[in-house]
Amino acid sequence: MLDIVLFAVPAGLVILGALIVIFAKNPVHNAMGLVLTLASLAIIYITLNATFVAMVQMLVYAGAVMTLFLFVIMMIGVDKPEQTREEIKGQTFLVSGALLILGGIVSYVVIKSGLKWDLWFPAVDYTLEGTPDLIAGSLFTEWILPFEIISILLIVATAAAIALAYDTKPRKKL
Amino acid sequence: MIEVSTDWYLTLAAILFSIGFIGMMIRKNALIMFMCIELMLNSVNLTFITASRHFGTIEGQISVFFVLVVAAAEVVVGLAIIVSIFKKQSSASVDWLRASRG
Repeated sequence: MLDIVLFAVPAGLVILGALIVIFAKNPVHNAMGLVLTLASLAIIYITLNATFVAMVQMLVYAGAVMTLFLFVIMMIGVDKPEQTREEIKGQTFLVSGALLILGGIVSYVVIKSGLKWDLWFPAVDYTLEGTPDLIAGSLFTEWILPFEIISILLIVATAAAIALAYDTKPRKKL
Repeated sequence: MIEVSTDWYLTLAAILFSIGFIGMMIRKNALIMFMCIELMLNSVNLTFITASRHFGTIEGQISVFFVLVVAAAEVVVGLAIIVSIFKKQSSASVDWLRASRG
């Protein structure tokens, strides 16, 4: 029973936050909805025995990435109304078509299997705890090459962000 | 006795991905579209961690780290692009973008 509550409450909050993200009008509200989604996902990760990933989720996503989003919202302002006129002809029609296909696939799977998705591989019966110990042991031995490549990616992204946001035009003297 | 099985988590991930996809399609503010990309990336992370528990291997959680880093890099570059667009046209709406038209 506790299992179900521990799944259902964060799952409901995840979906609520996601809906706030896509339907709220004020960008700050959207960002707060995203925080709700990410924090609830961290709870779900804990119930999935991925405790270290849950902590990293809270620090990196709900901490750093959301702060970045809020900084940009602060810079570009929230008082401008969003453009509502359609520039692409039939955009709503096309989106509804894509949604119908998506919903059709999901309901087909659900109806066909009665929410027992036919997973080809049976679950293991032991529980694996995602401790820093276990993750580091695999990350720094088996996955060391992707790990190093990721560091290059981060440096390139940092340099790119500075190059893009740097103001090259001379400023007027005040 | 109902048990919280892998299917439940996969269904939640599918719903979250669909919501992110819908938001990506219906919103015109580039900032909100970025948040929807984050939603979709997070649903994939949830799938990875669910698979990690289902199969009893740690590789799923390691993949989540890589997705996390790529998402952070993507957010940094994307927000820098949004800021530089905003300096030019003082709006973050994607439909007004004509700069990349060939």
